[in-house]
Amino acid sequence: MKTVYLDNNATTKTAPEVVEAMLPYFTEKYGNASSMHTFGGAVGHDVEAARKSVAALLGAAHADEIIFTSCGSESDNTALFSAVRSYPGKRHIVTTRVEHPAVLNTCKYLQSQGYGVTYLPVDGNGMISLQDLEAAVTAHTALVSVMMANNETGVVFPVEEAARIAKSRGALFHTDAVQTAGKLPIDLKNSRIDMLSISGHKLHAPKGIGALYVRRGTRFVPFLIGGHQEHSRRAGTENVPYIIGLGKACELARAHMSETGRIAALRDRLEHGITAAVPNVRVNGGGSPRLPTTLNISFEFIEGEAILLHLSDLGIAASSGSACTSGSLEPSHVLRAMGVPFTFAHGSIRFSLSVYNTGSDIDFVLAELPPVIMKLRAMSPFWHEAQGKACRAGAESL
Amino acid sequence: MWDYTDKVIDHFKNPRNVGSIDKPDGVGQVGNIICGDALKLFIKVDSATSRITDAKFQTFGCGSAIASSSALTEMIKGKTLAEAAAVTNQQIADFLGGLPKEKMHCSVMGMEALEAAIKSYKEGGAPVVNELEEEGRVVCKCFGVTEEKILRAAKDNHLRTVEEITNFTKAGGACGACRADIQAVLDRHYNAASAVQEKAPFARLTMVQKIHRVEEALARDVIPGLNADGGSVELVDIEGSVIRVRLLGMCSGCANAGFTIENFVEKKLREQLDPAISVESV
Repeated sequence: MKTVYLDNNATTKTAPEVVEAMLPYFTEKYGNASSMHTFGGAVGHDVEAARKSVAALLGAAHADEIIFTSCGSESDNTALFSAVRSYPGKRHIVTTRVEHPAVLNTCKYLQSQGYGVTYLPVDGNGMISLQDLEAAVTAHTALVSVMMANNETGVVFPVEEAARIAKSRGALFHTDAVQTAGKLPIDLKNSRIDMLSISGHKLHAPKGIGALYVRRGTRFVPFLIGGHQEHSRRAGTENVPYIIGLGKACELARAHMSETGRIAALRDRLEHGITAAVPNVRVNGGGSPRLPTTLNISFEFIEGEAILLHLSDLGIAASSGSACTSGSLEPSHVLRAMGVPFTFAHGSIRFSLSVYNTGSDIDFVLAELPPVIMKLRAMSPFWHEAQGKACRAGAESL
Repeated sequence: MWDYTDKVIDHFKNPRNVGSIDKPDGVGQVGNIICGDALKLFIKVDSATSRITDAKFQTFGCGSAIASSSALTEMIKGKTLAEAAAVTNQQIADFLGGLPKEKMHCSVMGMEALEAAIKSYKEGGAPVVNELEEEGRVVCKCFGVTEEKILRAAKDNHLRTVEEITNFTKAGGACGACRADIQAVLDRHYNAASAVQEKAPFARLTMVQKIHRVEEALARDVIPGLNADGGSVELVDIEGSVIRVRLLGMCSGCANAGFTIENFVEKKLREQLDPAISVESV
């Protein structure tokens, strides 16, 4: 069965070119990048080339501002812990209610250790307010961490303005750009951002590799302690094949940036096709600037896991903010922060595209999705109640 | 991805008895759209034999909620009301070859809808909606779960931990503020020795017991309140009934620190542990 993969915000396919670039580093090029012999030194040279590719994708002024990590979560943890350890006198952090758990749960942990944390709210379109940020940041704030784009809704936050506010009060600014890198242009040399996290497997590198950008001159305390790797900023023998893979993926992402318009058009066709064919839907974050790859749409009166199971049966891979998919019993913290009504929140589906999606993928979803929605609504008591009310209202108006 | 049995998948994909019954003899509905699942069960009963001749359902919910509803209708058709009333949530789960433990509440929903439908029949056919959830003290405010429902799930399924209660009733599965309360309900039910111990004077406890009790009370009743203001507190030492703590974060050096200690930290610990306790800041 053909798979129509529309869950690229969860993870992406490793690009064949990336796999090919990695393979020699499992076999003949197995030297330790830190070794004092030519055999390892050559590998070290390739690691530096990969670092330059990552720096180029992010528009960083210097390659040595890139630290390789094991994943986006490690990058986020490193940034947050480094900020509070670098400024022990400041015991306050500002972030948002809709961050990825790698930031949110780290903030909750820091709270349990006596730090104050302000969680900025979002409006109905999933957008933060810069006025709220202005009000929250004080001279005691060590760090402001605001994601560049939300993983569930794709809503893009005004991080440059947020960074300006943070810097004006003497706070560091970090952004989780895991969902943005490779999808929107990033230009760190003309930016006020101090630290930025990315993850390989969201941009067609494999799982298990990430990077943290730390602007030159930013105070830094390592998260993983040990050897002198990564200029003593991240201990542990370099994961060479994966670093090479991330470098190649960043190179490809730069080349693919020209495809952004094509992907946005596919997403828009999917969105308009669904909203035209299915009543009682809402596009979450639709009123805000969004990533070109992401569509978060809610189907009223039915539940997301049931939709996903039917889609999965048809070969369509997507995800849901429904409670039942996570085992948490509550729908997505992002949708709740946005005030999405429960009648919609449980029935939310996220479609996320990549450069590998085609028009025929979208046609397939537009043909197969509406009958699934109809089938589930036909068995939903709330759909029948709503239809009954609509009928009565119709009869009364006659 | 949940590890559903083939039978769950079959009943999800090809649900039996979906729909409603025209002029039903009983209608029971449980759950609501806020909780994320709901089941409306319609039954037709032959009054001469008291046998359920037909059953139909409408369900809002996930794969296992739909499968549990379908299984329920298959199980009760042809049964007498007395036989149907004896159906337990475990039997519904067994019929499906088992459910993931986090999804057991779907089988509980089936059992409750059946009870509501039978009650509706006995009362003349008017729909019975969310009967259980309207009676008794509400423990979990997020999902509206009563003490009665928690006790019943515990007794029927031999549940001993808060996590198990959450899996079967959803109670405690959202904000989590009621988890200590659920534990207290379980403790009372199992008549745990700890409930008796709780009343022993603080001064007579061992040092380890004291530390444990104080840490627990601080984490549950004190720290969340201080966190809201950007602060926290840690236990430093205990001597007799004198508890020494250190204020952290925004509370440290706060002009109101003395007030916080006396009127919040001390008050809470006295309420929770022993009125003889006094709290000092170091």
